[in-house]
Amino acid sequence: MSVPAPYYLGLSAVLFTLGMAGVLVRRSALIVFMSVELMLNAVNLTLVTFARLRGAVDGQVLVFFVLVVAAVEVVIGLAIIVDIFRSRDTVDVDDVDLLRG
Amino acid sequence: MRAAILIPLFPLAGWVVNGLLGDRWGRRAVAWVACGTVVAAFAVSLAVLARLLALPPGARSAAVVLYEWIGTGSVRAPLGLLVDPLSVALALVVSGVGALIHIYSVGYMAGDEHIARYFAYLNLFMASMLWLVLAGNLVAMFIGWEGVGLCSYLLIAFWFTRPPAAAAGVKAFLVTRLGDVGFLLGIFLAFAVFGTTDFTAMARAAGSRLPLGGPAATALALLLFLGATGKSAQLPLYVWLPDAMEGPTPVSALIHAATMVTAGVYMIVRMHAVYLRAPLALDVVAIVGAATAIFAAAAALAEPDLKRVLAYSTISQLGYMFLGVGVGAWSDGIFHLTSHAFFKALLFLAAGAVMHALGGETDMRRMGGLAGRLPATAGAFAVGALALAGIWPFAGFFSKEAILSDAFRAGRVWLWAVALAAAGLTALYIARAFALVFVLPPGEGSAGPAGCREGDAPRAAGHRGLAPGAEVADPPPVMRWPMGALALLTLLGGALGWSAARPGVLARWLGPLLAPGALRSSEGTHGSEAALAAAGLAVAVAGIVLVWLVYVRRALRVRSQAVQTVLAHRFYVEDFYAAAVVAPVRAVARWAGGFDRAVIDGAVVGLARAIGGGGAVLRRLQSGYLRHYAALALVGVLALLAYWMWR
Amino acid sequence: MEAVLFGITAVLALAGGVGVVAARQPVHSALALLLVLLSLAVDYLLLAAQFIAALQVIVYAGAIVVLFVFIIMLLHTRSGEGPRAGAGLPRAGAGVLCGLFGLALLALAAGVRETAPPPAPGFGTIQDVGRALFGRYLLPFEAASALLLIGMVGAVALGKRLRPAGDPSPGRPQAPPAGGPARAR
Repeated sequence: MSVPAPYYLGLSAVLFTLGMAGVLVRRSALIVFMSVELMLNAVNLTLVTFARLRGAVDGQVLVFFVLVVAAVEVVIGLAIIVDIFRSRDTVDVDDVDLLRG
Repeated sequence: MRAAILIPLFPLAGWVVNGLLGDRWGRRAVAWVACGTVVAAFAVSLAVLARLLALPPGARSAAVVLYEWIGTGSVRAPLGLLVDPLSVALALVVSGVGALIHIYSVGYMAGDEHIARYFAYLNLFMASMLWLVLAGNLVAMFIGWEGVGLCSYLLIAFWFTRPPAAAAGVKAFLVTRLGDVGFLLGIFLAFAVFGTTDFTAMARAAGSRLPLGGPAATALALLLFLGATGKSAQLPLYVWLPDAMEGPTPVSALIHAATMVTAGVYMIVRMHAVYLRAPLALDVVAIVGAATAIFAAAAALAEPDLKRVLAYSTISQLGYMFLGVGVGAWSDGIFHLTSHAFFKALLFLAAGAVMHALGGETDMRRMGGLAGRLPATAGAFAVGALALAGIWPFAGFFSKEAILSDAFRAGRVWLWAVALAAAGLTALYIARAFALVFVLPPGEGSAGPAGCREGDAPRAAGHRGLAPGAEVADPPPVMRWPMGALALLTLLGGALGWSAARPGVLARWLGPLLAPGALRSSEGTHGSEAALAAAGLAVAVAGIVLVWLVYVRRALRVRSQAVQTVLAHRFYVEDFYAAAVVAPVRAVARWAGGFDRAVIDGAVVGLARAIGGGGAVLRRLQSGYLRHYAALALVGVLALLAYWMWR
Repeated sequence: MEAVLFGITAVLALAGGVGVVAARQPVHSALALLLVLLSLAVDYLLLAAQFIAALQVIVYAGAIVVLFVFIIMLLHTRSGEGPRAGAGLPRAGAGVLCGLFGLALLALAAGVRETAPPPAPGFGTIQDVGRALFGRYLLPFEAASALLLIGMVGAVALGKRLRPAGDPSPGRPQAPPAGGPARAR
């Protein structure tokens, strides 16, 4: 492990922050979604790094489960986006404000 | 012995079936189900009795645990039965008398359209009562204890469209609830002292856990006795029982004479090991019993309502039972319980037959001379009355004499004297009732001491009055046969307690179970026994003769207005309650009502308004924009991170 | 060697990350996301996680990104963002929040132990992860399969949902493949 762990974690932190900024700033549901995937990947990198640091494979198993959940999430999320597009003709998250109090 | 669970289960099944389906079935099917289940319970009781008889006397006790009901740490209360001579004896009395009264009810309630509801309640009562007597620990017993209270309420208020009946039901429920608080506290105390409420375990451990006369034993015994005074209508909680006569008469016979009201006596006998450790509490029991006996007997003397006379008589006789157990004569208390169940049920059924013939009339001043027209009823009532008065050879003579002589030999001469006087009053009031209803010509009754209540509205205002010349006849056979059976039991019941050898059948049957009372001195020669019995008999005869002189021969005139007024108002106990308890409670309730409206409602409504206003402000946060929620979540995460890093 | 590889992948991943967030067109975002995923796969290899690296390429790059591209094609939207702005959060506010958060994360990352001894032989291989998956993690593994099934059923249910009658969408003719066959069934 010639590259120190903090570098990996730093990369992960920056990617996560980028994804978060995407969620906060972008209005296209598809891009928001991709930003969420970016955050998930950042977390995966952290998990793999710590698995390597500790020499235990559990972190990698956790990444496996994150992958499964991400796959399901994408399938359902994209289905919902398609559904919203069908009924509202838009994928702008600001047009979907049914939660307004 | 596991078959014993069938005893309460049969009536329970009857309740379920009649309660769910009874309205769709015919009256005959309902009656068959109700009576059949109770008779089945009686048959099972007999079978269990036979099984017990086959065992040696020392081994006639079996615990049946159905399942662990409450099992949390140190507090354990299994739902269990205790099958032993005492519980089986009680189960026999309850199911036997209950079966007879069920059969009687078929005739008595024949004209009522809610007969399915009636029999469903009655069956539920039987199930609860049998569960009460068979329960293996105090907690399980409490289920039956509350169950019979509930059924009592439901059946007193059976004709709930009549305001007096509904009010009487509520009154019975509330007053007995006062006693139940004591009973419940007693259960908690028993848990604290013994760590269990299992009867056999408590009886075994009472000697070691409870110091003789110590505060724990006294408190436990008195708390349980408080429950008994509520359920068994003793001073000062007796007030519900006379009003309970608003219920159907078979209900009065079953619940308010033969079974439920004796639950308190049974419970004390069941817990006698605890009471033996608390002589003070036993004295309280005996004194309350004797006081109640004479008080209620005196109250019955001035009562114009036939059923209420019997109700006061029940209170008085229950007082005798408590006097008996209070001096440590456990088996004699049970003996009187049994014989009282026979003759008082008989009296009630006969009174019910009178009411049945007269269209629901209960006011004795409007009856009279019925002996000729209702010969069978008059005969049955006479048998019950003679037993109640304590005339040889009826069951009441033996059981009452047993208690009187127990009190005398226990050295409680004062209590004996009081009870003897009460016995005289008992003969007086029941002979008066018999004379008013059956012997004197109609209308004559108002000349007697009851006349002072002439101004009262007739209690049975809702009923048809006694129409002159109406067809008045003895009841149908379905009602006559149970009365005959009870009359026979009343005649023969004395054999249970009195035989050539002084410990009678019942005493020997219960003997291995009940440690003899410490207060009871064992001597007592045959001679003193006979003298005591003769004294009791003489007092009873004197009472009857007095009634004959006053009412029939009019040789004596009793004209003391003051005494009559005091008697008619039952020594003003109810008026005292109205002034000292009900009025202050009402005042407090009114004040609390005002407080509730002004302060609590104000606070609640104010709080609601404040929350509503806050919500109106906060709803602006809910913009509906996804990123606002995400940003808020991020702010929260940042706050957490900040706390975590600079902690 | 490792350091050089890490440097290249890190630069590529960061560039891809910026691309995902900043691209106008969703297709460009998707391609940038693919770049990030592939760079991270290389990083996983550096971290002795062969199995995860393979999964990353197969599942993420192979399946998920393809799904994204497919949906973009179906909806054929451009950025999906109208000209209107201001309804959301001010960009500056979002930037400050994210910056604070990123700094906090970096501060935390800097405090971590730097290196670890070389892993045991076979660490991170399919056999290694598989043994853990089918041993201690068997129950979560089965639960994950159930989750996948639920997701599949949910996607089908969402795709088949019928529009309320008498609501012909004006946008409908432009996107005939968007669940059209499913609705027809």
